[in-house]
Amino acid sequence: MRMRTGDTELALAASGGDREAFASLLGRHYDRLFRLCFRLTGRQAEAEDLTQDICLALPTKLMRFRGEARFSTWLYRVAVNASHDRRRRAATRARAADGWGDWEVNRRATNDETAAGLSWLQQAMTALPQDLRDTAALTMGEEMTHAQAAEVLEVSEGTVSWRLSEIRKRLKEMHEREMQ
Amino acid sequence: MTDPLDHLKHAFEQATPAPDAARKQANLARAEEIFTRTQGSPDAARPIPDRPKKRAGLITGVGQMLSTLTRYPGRAALTASTALVAVGLVAFMPMLRQGSPGVPGFTADETGTVISQDRSLTDRERSQVETDAARRDGYEETEMVLAEEAPAPEPIIEPTRPSLVQVQPKVVLGSPNNRSVQPAPATGGVEISGSAEMGILGSTDDRVEFHSDVDVTFTMSGESEEGLVFSSPSEIFDDALTADEPNTEEFANEEPNPVKIAIEEPVSTFSIDVDTASYSVVRSSLMNGYLPDPHAVRIEEMVNYFPYDYAAPGRDDGPFKPTVTISPTPWNQGTRLMHIALQGQMPAVEDRPALNLVFLIDTSGSMGQTNKLPLLKQSFRLMLGQLNPQDEVSIVTYAGSAGRVLDPTPASDRATILAALDRLDAGGSTAGQAGLQQAYATAESMAEDGEVTRVILATDGDFNVGIHNPEELEEFIAKKRDSGTYLSVLGFGRGNLDDATMQALAQNGNGTAAYIDTLSEAQKVLVDQLTGALFPIANDVKIQVEFNPAQIAEYRLIGYETRALAREDFNNDKVDAGEIGAGHSVTAIYEITPVGSPAVLNDPLRYTAGTSDAQTTEPSDELAFLRLRYKDPGAETSQLIELPITASMGESTPDTVFASAIAGFGQLLKDGNYTGEWGWAEAIALAETGTGDDPFGYRREAVTMMRLAQSLSE
Repeated sequence: MRMRTGDTELALAASGGDREAFASLLGRHYDRLFRLCFRLTGRQAEAEDLTQDICLALPTKLMRFRGEARFSTWLYRVAVNASHDRRRRAATRARAADGWGDWEVNRRATNDETAAGLSWLQQAMTALPQDLRDTAALTMGEEMTHAQAAEVLEVSEGTVSWRLSEIRKRLKEMHEREMQ
Repeated sequence: MTDPLDHLKHAFEQATPAPDAARKQANLARAEEIFTRTQGSPDAARPIPDRPKKRAGLITGVGQMLSTLTRYPGRAALTASTALVAVGLVAFMPMLRQGSPGVPGFTADETGTVISQDRSLTDRERSQVETDAARRDGYEETEMVLAEEAPAPEPIIEPTRPSLVQVQPKVVLGSPNNRSVQPAPATGGVEISGSAEMGILGSTDDRVEFHSDVDVTFTMSGESEEGLVFSSPSEIFDDALTADEPNTEEFANEEPNPVKIAIEEPVSTFSIDVDTASYSVVRSSLMNGYLPDPHAVRIEEMVNYFPYDYAAPGRDDGPFKPTVTISPTPWNQGTRLMHIALQGQMPAVEDRPALNLVFLIDTSGSMGQTNKLPLLKQSFRLMLGQLNPQDEVSIVTYAGSAGRVLDPTPASDRATILAALDRLDAGGSTAGQAGLQQAYATAESMAEDGEVTRVILATDGDFNVGIHNPEELEEFIAKKRDSGTYLSVLGFGRGNLDDATMQALAQNGNGTAAYIDTLSEAQKVLVDQLTGALFPIANDVKIQVEFNPAQIAEYRLIGYETRALAREDFNNDKVDAGEIGAGHSVTAIYEITPVGSPAVLNDPLRYTAGTSDAQTTEPSDELAFLRLRYKDPGAETSQLIELPITASMGESTPDTVFASAIAGFGQLLKDGNYTGEWGWAEAIALAETGTGDDPFGYRREAVTMMRLAQSLSE
């Protein structure tokens, strides 16, 4: 019945109280949201928790969705913000971060363990500063243009491009170090 | 090595697992549950019982009974159950006065329910709530739109701890590529409630609009220093009933009227139809994200939904006046539209006494939903247009922002009233001041001899008006009624609404209790009933059009399928037809194909072609002949209006253009058999040219609906 309904319309309907619209909207985006959460956190368990955080907070947040941005952009922004929140909470509670959660913690972990214990991906992501990690998480996923990533991160498109070239540079350096 | 980014992307693809199916299902279900709860009471996360605990034990029970009953399909059920409750209430009233809370078996208490719901929060949800609390300390949840996007610099946000009253985040443009946050204080006893959107100015000259996504306890009156106006979305969710019920609706409709050949069937007869329900159904469907059932589309009801500014009849012209306009058909170059408009007379209402209206408006957080405060605002605007200049209006709010927000103002000063109305915003948790007393005091200050003074309480169920004891409340209202101030209660929204309390208060206040779920209901209650303008001015109005086969080859009546009458019924006064109320307008549109037009669909018959000329006794330039029959209210016999229609009749106005666009819209929704290549984009463009003055925004809303339909049908 809702096959052809646009995200924005669904989201606006949901923000106005339409439960069915809300359910189908979330159902439609859940998998993509989860994959983004994984790319943001790097661990499946952490991604599941983050996704859940977002899902549970979404009804309240959606009430303020005004259709100013595409729904997916809006949702990804919520996700990126939620991941920041989560990381911050984890840090303040001095819990060891899972995944590539907290950079500092992980860097210490990297020093302790042998680098071989981590996958290339984990190493790469751990080596990147937070803003580059977020940018990578967004752009390495499905169907996200630089412009959209820029909108999610609230930076200019030029900044996203710059960050990507920065990521490229750092990955290259990392690769070269490995080669030596 | 190839591009490291590709490598990274590939690594991500390899590493990304599928979401856990069970967690997914649980998350979706939980989210939906929270969604539902959020809708019912947005401040459920704030278990502060600021309402009297045993406010309305019995009454809530009845209300719940009502809401349960109304969940069953069909409008008939609603009507029936409403009636049932109304009757039941009369019986219960004496018990109420004797101390209702103790009635056994009815101990349901709204506030208690909310609390127990909160206890059902899981730890995770609680932590989510905490997060929300912590969030206002940081920048993370902000949604920011930089008015001018500089390529590299990113804002550094230095959060300032907000207090209950003031929120002053600063935005500073800082060094590039380095967004830093100062660690925010993690503790704080700030209450969570409502929502906030704010406008602030950065430290540069660039104007920065700042949408906060935090949950902060403070109330914006709708305007910041910047003059930004924050209002809730004003989409109207019509027909709340259809939105959350399984789709068991059945729609009365017939197959669309076919093209008829004027020479074979020159006479078309139908009854007028001033219903507008179909438009509401269509709108409700579209707002809910799906195209309406074609059977739900009754084009004439869609066209007649909109007010048109047709020429009104003069005092001696009878109850209504027909206006006919011939114009090109938007969707077919070879045909014409024959637009028949009837405008009902608006009898003089100058004679009625001046009204003093005090609106006592609930601005608690839950009123923010689109079908509550925004609908109330729309309704209010409707009503305002119907008031006489000597009428006076005042607005008092309670729960949320309390106080008199509009001093008694003559209805003629629309600008002041509308501005006050626009400033109304739901949110906040300020306990209701003595809202009711203030409203009555205001009303009494306005009252003069020979005027009608009325307090109109608009709420979604929060009767925390300043008097907590229900008996005391009823007594107070009854006393005021005796001193000449009446009370009407308008209920908005569902789920929280305490129907029985509404009824009880209104009965005591010698007023009406009305439930407003749609704008048309608002129109009925606030416009027609309030000003006493709703009475039929003509009954059994029938339209008969006889086409001249010498001019018109084919014709097709757009809509009115369910209103067709037999030709002989036209003169039969026993046959019932539609009514026109005061000020109503009715529109009927024929698509007509002139003789010789390339758009003629039917070939002439071989054997009867010769006889047709003979039938036309005298050649005429007239396209058709319009006959109208109506009865004056209470009359047994009908009167006849006759009007020949010629090709040059009438001139296109925004009204006729818009009516045509809506007729086209209806056809597109229905089948589009006759609209050819003409599609949504054309319908939208046409409607936009016909929006005219549109003081209430109906037509703009229709354009939005058309856009929605367009996107849904892609």
